[in-house]
Amino acid sequence: MAQEINKTTTQVEEKQYSTLNLGPTHPATHGIFQNILTMDGEIIVDAVPTIGYIHRAFEKIAERRPYYQITVLTDRMNYCSSPINNMGYHMAVEKLLNVEIPKRVQYMRVIVMELARISDHIICNSVISVDSGALSGFVYMFQFRELIYEIYEEICGARLTTNMGRIGGFERNWPKTAWEKIDKFLHEFPVQLDEFESLLIRNRIFMDRTINVGPISAERALNYGFTGPNLRAAGVDYDVRAMNPYSSYEDFEFTIPVGTNGDTYDRFVVRQEEMRQSLSIIRQALTKLKTLPDTVYHAEVPDVFLPPKELVYNQMEALIYHFKIVMGEVPVPVGEIYHAVEGGNGELGFYLVSDGGRTPYRLHFRRPCFIYYQAYPEMIKGAMLSDAILTLSSLNVIAGELDA
Amino acid sequence: MLAVLIYKLILVFAILGISLVVAMYSTYAERKVAAFMQDRLGPNRAGPFGLLQPLADGVKMFMKEEIIPSVSNQTLFIIGPCIAMTTSLMTSAVIPWSSDLSINGTSYPLQVTDVNIGILYLFGVVSIGVYGIMIGGWASNNKFSLLGALRASSQMISYEIAMGLAIIALVMMTGTLSLREIVEQQPGGHWNILYQPIGFIIFIVCAFAECNRTPFDLAECETELVGGYHTEYSSMKLGFYLFAEYVNMFISSAIISTLYFGGYNFPFMHELGLSPNMLALLGGLVFFAKIFFFIFFFMWIRWTIPRFRYDQLMNLGWKGLLPIALGNIALTGLVMWLTGKIN
Repeated sequence: MAQEINKTTTQVEEKQYSTLNLGPTHPATHGIFQNILTMDGEIIVDAVPTIGYIHRAFEKIAERRPYYQITVLTDRMNYCSSPINNMGYHMAVEKLLNVEIPKRVQYMRVIVMELARISDHIICNSVISVDSGALSGFVYMFQFRELIYEIYEEICGARLTTNMGRIGGFERNWPKTAWEKIDKFLHEFPVQLDEFESLLIRNRIFMDRTINVGPISAERALNYGFTGPNLRAAGVDYDVRAMNPYSSYEDFEFTIPVGTNGDTYDRFVVRQEEMRQSLSIIRQALTKLKTLPDTVYHAEVPDVFLPPKELVYNQMEALIYHFKIVMGEVPVPVGEIYHAVEGGNGELGFYLVSDGGRTPYRLHFRRPCFIYYQAYPEMIKGAMLSDAILTLSSLNVIAGELDA
Repeated sequence: MLAVLIYKLILVFAILGISLVVAMYSTYAERKVAAFMQDRLGPNRAGPFGLLQPLADGVKMFMKEEIIPSVSNQTLFIIGPCIAMTTSLMTSAVIPWSSDLSINGTSYPLQVTDVNIGILYLFGVVSIGVYGIMIGGWASNNKFSLLGALRASSQMISYEIAMGLAIIALVMMTGTLSLREIVEQQPGGHWNILYQPIGFIIFIVCAFAECNRTPFDLAECETELVGGYHTEYSSMKLGFYLFAEYVNMFISSAIISTLYFGGYNFPFMHELGLSPNMLALLGGLVFFAKIFFFIFFFMWIRWTIPRFRYDQLMNLGWKGLLPIALGNIALTGLVMWLTGKIN
């Protein structure tokens, strides 16, 4: 990076460049991140992103907390799809504890994770449309993000930072209204998705604005460590759900959409198609759930899963378990695991080292956005200011994942 | 003489008032149209159906703290919005609002002044309008404002050329630069749009660019340049800029209706058998109906399509609209020659 800056300044010494601070309070930097752009008029000569502009020290905090208290930290990483983070973390701990999860819980997790993926993609794609200047599509899509949040509310009571589920399953069985709202969503969302797509996907101005804007080749993307929709847009069909199935994803049939150029338009189209695939996965999960007993909502792991309150008040055993879990005195084996889920934005990994104590010895989050942001300067160099904005929103860089 | 002067003064104030009220309610209409297109309700708290919202906004604008950045060029910073507002209100002088009213044998034209170079006057005033944005953006001493001002000035200058060439074809056809005569050459349904469809399309695209409306709102696109040229403005100075945009929209709609859609003429107007005064009043209403349709059209476009990028905008202006406008002039000349209007 430093070498390149020197090169550009020596090449044209007489020419004066201006410096533009894009962020931290710029309306297009959704979240807080700073970019110091060197501009030649409207053309970006160089970009220096400030990584770690906000820093919340989640990994360090995690080392001081019992396992069940770490879920709330994961909420705040990619806050557009926090249930995926929650489920991913639960699964990582379950892998460490070697817990067998009932099929029904796995399918419920799949449903909620796919809903979260849809809400994440809704945000990304509608924000692309806003940043390109078409404001109406944004509102059409956000009605359904609201519906997804209502489903979260039915399941766990919270909307944005969900803290959903517990290690071993869900905190309670889903109410009837949750299932009804999921049905409503499956019924109404595809129509709106098509309408939104028809507003933009063949719009000449939109195509001119996005095609060949912020492109990245498959090779460069792999070198940077891209995953998720941004890598698939570049043409690599890597998807954790298919390559390394978790939570019974192997039971589902879905296709992995891939792009060709890795530009903003491809990322938009890939995300649109992924939403359709997610809808199909949810439908499959719902049919599979019909064959399973509908009272199971957690694994039988009294060591880590809180007993119901009635039992705590009336039974000695339950009281002991309750006390031990709340105080964080859960027996955890010594070990080291890595568990990855396909987050809304890419491979979300949890690297967990346990020394057998009440807190993790080390917990590292593999945050996909952190990686995309490293590639951002390369992708916008030589582009115009408008392209930089669209590239940023199409990469779907979430500020919550940048504080490593 | 005095009577004429008093009449003209009344007319000037009436037109000024109408322009301002229409612009005021355009802001309300814009929000309602946006709400309608986005499945929302829009403003509905101030007064019935939120009809007092523009007044409330105006009061709010006046009451806000006025901030002039210490690093700005203060004189120019104040002059900027003044120019924008003044020029946007000046253009209404040459627009013929309706045919003459005759009361007690005296004829009262519903036009402030019938300049025989009306179109040139329009262009002159509109060209000054760009200074308002340029000076405001430059005087703010803010990089985003400067970028917005740069975009605005290059955009307006480029699109004025195509706009002028589109009008030249029209002027060739009508043979006059006076707006009143142009309107009177379009009696009933013989509107110029029928003879100049290409010119009309170029003109309306350029009108969007001149008004800084989507898809040409690069000067103030909030997702890229924060607020563009008015980033540093607050209070009523910001209000002036925003207001000037809506006045411009109103005047542009009026000019489009005048030049291409027959102004106050409407089909079968002479078959109705009305008295000239009634016809003048009805014509005025029809003219306003046309204006409101175009204002709605401006809003419709704004809430539907994305905006251009700076280089695409320039390409469209210079490589797209300019050659088409030149071709349109040649075509108009050819047709006029073939039909024997010129020899």
